[in-house]
Amino acid sequence: MIEFMTRRLLLLFPVLLLISMISFSIIYISPGDTAENALMNPGGGVDQKAVEEFRVKTGLDEPVYIQYINWMSKILHGDLGQSYMTGEAVSEAIFRCFKVTLKLAIISMLVSLIIAIPLGIFSALKKGTITDDACRLLALAGVSMPNFWQAYLLIIVFALTLKVLPSSGYGDGSLAYILLPAITLGTGYAAVTMRLMRASMLDVLQQDYIRAARAKGVPEYMIILKHALKNSLMPVVTVAGLNFGYLLNGSVIVETIFSWPGIGNLIVSSILSKDYPMIQGCVLFIAVIFVLVNFAVDISYSFINPKIRYETKN
Amino acid sequence: MKLRIKNKNPGLVLSAGILIIFILAALFAGYIAPHNPDKANLELRLKEPCKEYPLGTDDLGRCILSRIIYGARVSLSVGLLVVSSSLALGLTIGTLSGYYGGWVDEIVMRVVDAFLAFPSLLLALGIAGLFGAGFMNMVIALIVVDWASYARLARSSVIAVKEQEYIKAAKGLGTGDLHVILRHVIPNVISPLIVMATMGMGYVILSAAGLSFLGFGVQPPTPEWGSMLSEGKMYIRSAPYVMLFPGLAIMLAVLAFNYLGDELRDLFDPREMKDID
Repeated sequence: MIEFMTRRLLLLFPVLLLISMISFSIIYISPGDTAENALMNPGGGVDQKAVEEFRVKTGLDEPVYIQYINWMSKILHGDLGQSYMTGEAVSEAIFRCFKVTLKLAIISMLVSLIIAIPLGIFSALKKGTITDDACRLLALAGVSMPNFWQAYLLIIVFALTLKVLPSSGYGDGSLAYILLPAITLGTGYAAVTMRLMRASMLDVLQQDYIRAARAKGVPEYMIILKHALKNSLMPVVTVAGLNFGYLLNGSVIVETIFSWPGIGNLIVSSILSKDYPMIQGCVLFIAVIFVLVNFAVDISYSFINPKIRYETKN
Repeated sequence: MKLRIKNKNPGLVLSAGILIIFILAALFAGYIAPHNPDKANLELRLKEPCKEYPLGTDDLGRCILSRIIYGARVSLSVGLLVVSSSLALGLTIGTLSGYYGGWVDEIVMRVVDAFLAFPSLLLALGIAGLFGAGFMNMVIALIVVDWASYARLARSSVIAVKEQEYIKAAKGLGTGDLHVILRHVIPNVISPLIVMATMGMGYVILSAAGLSFLGFGVQPPTPEWGSMLSEGKMYIRSAPYVMLFPGLAIMLAVLAFNYLGDELRDLFDPREMKDID
């Protein structure tokens, strides 16, 4: 176990280094000069003197590799630079927005588990029947539905027709504001979780202790709810809880539609305004979170299923 | 590679049918579409579905059905371009890396890990947004985020295959590496990649529509499902059908590819599929 964890941990470093390089260089793919782009007037004109001062001030006059080293050494001290637009520290903006995104992500996850667990169990119990097929189709439809479309369908029904929920914004941060974006984000996620629940349930139902319980004459509903559910839930909740990528991906679009002031929204607006330090900071931050979460998933997987440890070693 | 086709599978027939319709629509858009997709007519703006305009008209009075038909062309070509390039790139890099192993393999896999570390839509958004919105830039952005998963799958399949007796036998006979790779390795690792590519088509179409929806992809007035939906969102109160139908088109196309991929996975030898699950 220790050996497996050490190997995985050591592999993190080159990946994190490469991620930082990709995040840093992403701004150099935009056509034109970085400083000129940042100072461009709405009309398209640029004040050359201001550009020169800006270059010196932000270190853009240095060679690229020096810029990268400076950027990295600042990051290691917790400084991601300042926003070109507002002057706010990038790390502060990210921290503020990430808290808001996290709130949305947690509620979305709950929504997805509420949908996925009963459907997954149901599907497993009805394995091979038309009901199972219908559940599978439902799950596929959930993954295939564009979340920007689903968002507007929900707005039409709940905000415009029934008028029971606000159509967008953060408001006072209460549940009413969070519900529509969370449902949008949660349903796509539920589809994946449901398949996982089904597989895990089927796996558990084949175990000897279930057969023993049946032989003892334990009623079927008790077997499902008490013995099978408890054991099949652990991998599902661990993986669903940690598999953050889907939520972060989806949050970009969902937050834009619902004007949810999270990190997805921050990224879209900083790309539109060419706020380079903010873009670099956000991309790096999310990728690092993503890598660490995947690391945690790998480790917890290997606790659940020791076979993985041996397979990775070879 | 022997295929076991379940008899009577309505889902498979249906999803294949949907795809054929979309492909025909894309190929023969000019003959099928009832109207010119770009022809604006402000007198006819936001008309409800009727006989002349089966799915209604948008805010500029353009026929929505015709725009969806032409939109199939855009979505399918983005999907095909991105998936085939990513597959070719990923297969080449993954196969070579897995076959030869060693330090090159270590480096390649760390690069793959790094690319897989970014939530894909986010990185695509960053690249497409900074590169400047447009069809080609969107395709490039999607390839950049897509190739790594093919490379990883190809590599792990090649590693599983290369120690097999028949590969050793071929090498023992003095067959060159290139010949072994092309004739013996690739045919034996291709099926999980085909499954991934089929599902990838759905995923790419969805991502492309999402990028265009946000304004970072195909630009108006080109008829594209995501940007049509984005234009229609202003009118969800008065004319919901403007955004309803493009969304439905996206969902049907993506669903069909996903279902097909799911079925293909069952058809190919299930033992080979373990790597994807």
